[in-house]
Amino acid sequence: MTTITAPTTHIGPGAALRHGLALAGRAVTKVRKNPESLLDVTLQPIIFLLLFVYLFGGAIQGSTDAYLQVLLPGLMVQNIAFASLGTGMALNTDISKGVFDRFRSMPIARSAPLVGAVLGDIVRFVVTLTVLFTVATIMGFRVQTDPGRFLIAVLLLIAFGLCLCWVSVWVGMLVKSPQAVPGTLVAFIFPLTFGSNVFVPSQSMPGWLQAWVDINPVTHLTNAARGLLLGGDWVGDAAWAFLWAVVIAGIFFPLALRAYRKRVG
Amino acid sequence: MSYAIEAEGLVKRFGSTVALDGVNLAVPTGKVLGVLGPNGAGKTTAVRVLATLLRADEGWARVGGYDVAKQSTAVRGIIGLTGQYASVDEDLSGTENLVLIGKLLGLSKAAAKVRAAELLAKFELTDAASRSVKTYSGGMRRRTDLAASLVGRPQVLFLDEPTTGLDPHSRNEVWATVRGLVDDGVTVLLTTQYLEEADQLADLITVIDHGKVIAAGTPHELKRRTGGQSMQIRPTVVADIPAVAAILRELTGLDPIIDTDNGVLSTPVDNPLLLSTVVRRLDDAGITADELGLRLPSLDDVFLTLTGRTGSTTPATEGSLA
Repeated sequence: MTTITAPTTHIGPGAALRHGLALAGRAVTKVRKNPESLLDVTLQPIIFLLLFVYLFGGAIQGSTDAYLQVLLPGLMVQNIAFASLGTGMALNTDISKGVFDRFRSMPIARSAPLVGAVLGDIVRFVVTLTVLFTVATIMGFRVQTDPGRFLIAVLLLIAFGLCLCWVSVWVGMLVKSPQAVPGTLVAFIFPLTFGSNVFVPSQSMPGWLQAWVDINPVTHLTNAARGLLLGGDWVGDAAWAFLWAVVIAGIFFPLALRAYRKRVG
Repeated sequence: MSYAIEAEGLVKRFGSTVALDGVNLAVPTGKVLGVLGPNGAGKTTAVRVLATLLRADEGWARVGGYDVAKQSTAVRGIIGLTGQYASVDEDLSGTENLVLIGKLLGLSKAAAKVRAAELLAKFELTDAASRSVKTYSGGMRRRTDLAASLVGRPQVLFLDEPTTGLDPHSRNEVWATVRGLVDDGVTVLLTTQYLEEADQLADLITVIDHGKVIAAGTPHELKRRTGGQSMQIRPTVVADIPAVAAILRELTGLDPIIDTDNGVLSTPVDNPLLLSTVVRRLDDAGITADELGLRLPSLDDVFLTLTGRTGSTTPATEGSLA
């Protein structure tokens, strides 16, 4: 017979991480059982890729092939941002279900359900990046650097996504229905991802917009990803993007945790 | 006597609604407390406070000697919770649910699997263990819920309306499980709208209405305390039921409970001499009765007297009271 240890009165960070990982495992199992929950992170990147490359490629870059090269790193950033919307929706759905009360009645870290949901989203990030990269490769995209730098780009993108998730979690705790999460966050994600140099160079924009685009974390991350995949400077932009990610998480992790505590009582 | 659950003066408000209005509870270790009350009485709120899911605005509560507000982690370590709100993940299978809970409780993956298999076997869910819970019947789901709350071998178990909506067979299974747990020394607090359930399982009963405890004691004490006795009348002619009801209402000031299936009316009475008055009145009205007598009241009568409302006596058919 197995026995369970005597009541603990304090949950350390190690145990909290273990609880978070166990719940991330649950999120992954759910994705495996409901592959259609991945439609948003598989269909949308394909549509964006085909649409932008073939519709605007010639006009913006002179040729679709050349545009594909500069667009893909930026589209990876944009789709990571869109994939992070799912966390808030999933948590909002979850919280109204009985299973959440069970977790809360157990001696696990308060933050574990949130951390689990966010970590579980790594699957969505990997899927969306894989789909984008595969389709782009078929269309003719080629990494100009080496596998090491490609890996750094992927890790940087996922780290950014994990930080951005906390915005989605925060909104997910504030709105009533899951559908309200994308509705609300589109007002944040659109200026963030389109108001960047993902699709067009910032030189063609009016001064005020250029000012925003130049400080936008998506611009920095896109520059870093282009440097890592196509060659060129990337360290400075990567550092800025990373700093932004830390600031975003630093603001929204506590906000999300507080909204969560308030929401669940 | 040591108490596994103690609470004093619990108050919980939701806006202007007072869900708990000074609730006191005490459950000796190893006993079953039935918390009885109509829907909206505050039963679930009380359970949520005791299970650390809600913080009371006033008062205190201890579970297993730990303060639910100040030592909530310790409380969570010794309780199990099952009910309307605490359930399992529908997308996962029975095994996956129980293994996840075992892992969250600090078991190794192998140990969690062993424990899951053990509980699934105990609840006769082995055949369905690898299917998604959403394919389970109501009874199977409830058994899974119960199994999930037992993974950590709780010392104190909270069951919030464990049999609401279950058919009689599944209900009997849940009852048998509860009895088995009590034999193992587990303290149980169960809420129910069903008087029969409280009568069957509980050593002690607390009746809550409008957030207040309106009666507490053993089932026997409550039956004795409430009006002492109950009068049963079965008119020979079923059509006479309304007339008999009118007479009883006039004499006792209460609406009698009418069991239309058996054609029996019953009402709590505090004065045994009322029997002769009733006989005379029926005689005057020309009504004959096949059955007429006094007996110790059922919990239904207790409930009626205490709350002014009839309780729900048939769990299977009246799954959800308004």
